[in-house]
Amino acid sequence: MQYSEKVMDHFMNPRNVGEIENADGIGTCGNPVCGDLMTFYIKIEPRTEDPDEARIADIRFKTFGCGAAIAVASMASEMAKGRTLTEISSMSRDDVANMLDGLPPVKMHCSNIGVQAIQEAVKDYLKKIGRDDLAGRIKGCPKKEN
Amino acid sequence: MSTEWNVYLDNNATTPTDPRVVEKMIPYFHEISANPSSIHGAGRRARDAVEEAREIISRLVNCRTEEVYFTSGGTEADNLAIKGTALSQNERKKIITSEIEHHAVLTTCEHMAKFGYEIVKTPVDQHGIVDLDFLSKSVDENTLLVSIMHANNEVGTIEPMGEITRVAHRHGAIVHTDAVQTTGKIPIDIDALGIDMLSLSGHKFYGPKGIGALVVRRGIRFEPLHHGGHHEKNKRAGTENVPGIVGLGKACDIALAEMASEEERIKAMRERLWAGIDHNVEDVRLNGHPQKRLANTLNVSVRYIEGESMLLNLDMHGIFASSGSACTSGSLEASHVLLAMGLPHELAHGSLRFSLGRFNKDEEIDHVIKVFPEIVRKLRAISPLYKDKSGRH
Ligand SMILES: Cc1ncc(COP(=O)(O)O)c(C=O)c1O
Ligand code: FES
Repeated sequence: MQYSEKVMDHFMNPRNVGEIENADGIGTCGNPVCGDLMTFYIKIEPRTEDPDEARIADIRFKTFGCGAAIAVASMASEMAKGRTLTEISSMSRDDVANMLDGLPPVKMHCSNIGVQAIQEAVKDYLKKIGRDDLAGRIKGCPKKEN
Repeated sequence: MSTEWNVYLDNNATTPTDPRVVEKMIPYFHEISANPSSIHGAGRRARDAVEEAREIISRLVNCRTEEVYFTSGGTEADNLAIKGTALSQNERKKIITSEIEHHAVLTTCEHMAKFGYEIVKTPVDQHGIVDLDFLSKSVDENTLLVSIMHANNEVGTIEPMGEITRVAHRHGAIVHTDAVQTTGKIPIDIDALGIDMLSLSGHKFYGPKGIGALVVRRGIRFEPLHHGGHHEKNKRAGTENVPGIVGLGKACDIALAEMASEEERIKAMRERLWAGIDHNVEDVRLNGHPQKRLANTLNVSVRYIEGESMLLNLDMHGIFASSGSACTSGSLEASHVLLAMGLPHELAHGSLRFSLGRFNKDEEIDHVIKVFPEIVRKLRAISPLYKDKSGRH
């Protein structure tokens, strides 16, 4: 199995690692296939409920997982920064995998949880501001793990 | 990142062929390359080489020369033992194995279930030792074969073969052992242990790949899987892999002379590696039996982080090991061996196997001890579990 140079770069030097105190949203997604875990912390600006206005101003993550999972989390965090919530809700695993110059087929599922965990963080934010209806429209993590 | 290091610590996967083995093999590719079945002089020289190797193998495991059947390796020997005995009879319909076998045995046994065999997998304790009580209760007059490995390839635990054969023989079951990980590493007395069939493989003890043997004690019936010519007393058709056989013989020869001193040297290195890891990294645990374990094998679980990410970092430092993590297996399932030993999924996930060998040097171990704690620190800093469980960053 061979990882692309981009994967190795993000794996060895992951961007946006860490946590955010008083985050506006926290999202965790576990990997049903191999049992890994990703948590994203986001700061939203402006803190409006309009998903076309509200953007991810800051994002941090922690990952327990393979090389691909770490690279995916790092890349996904870079891609999510500055995006509107609407844009986040339409992000897909292929978007992240493509930005990493591809992932081995057996590692595509690692890409899933990256996107899903960020979407969970967005849902968490929307719920916190009382917009469960909007949160309900975002896919997020299929099987919530706490 | 580039590195000059080339620290091969994956000797349980395969070993580098010993240069003395290679040297011994070379004439058998060209100068002495006749078919051992040919009756001319050139053929006789090849035949002599094959029989000489057979004799050396018989000395290594203490069997009779005619009890050694050459195969293409450990996998074929395991298949031949299990399927061969099953095909040779119709009375007994139970095969007992263990939960921690190599796939060459496990998958073969599972395959036999399709042909009406009941397959029983003996559980193991936390150290990987098979449950003798369970075995004793499972063996009965319907049991054809008990196939339990001599030592496990992932954790190195050595099974109590003498006791296993005693239990099995009470009911007339045949005992096969996959000794692929022990041959050439620890003394094997097939006679004293009462083993009926034994698989060995050249490339696990500095011999060539693609050659091995099944040892079958006199009087044990088995059907061949390969039909054709009269090779190997009609038990394994196909022109002999003469260079491979010669190389296997040489590997056995070297093992006979050096096994004891090598075991001591390798064990000292392994103990130093474990001490270096244990003293410098918190929350690590040793997997496998603390004493009854191959001298070269060190399997550890590092809490809060995952195996593949450790392997990739080690690789960057020129260190080559393996892991039982789900993320490193093509099937995305964690090591069946570690799970059978009762490790929680998370610890199987964070498992690493360092398997040392003849060509490792002290300074290589120092290199690992030096870089490993930093790798763990870096990965733990990313891990959500580390913070959760310990309250530290
Ligand atoms: C315990 C055990 N049995 C069987 C095998 C298979 O041997 P071979 O690679 O020679 O087919 C291996 C090695 O992969 C092994 O470790
Ligand atoms: S996280 Fe397990 S395979 Fe990627």
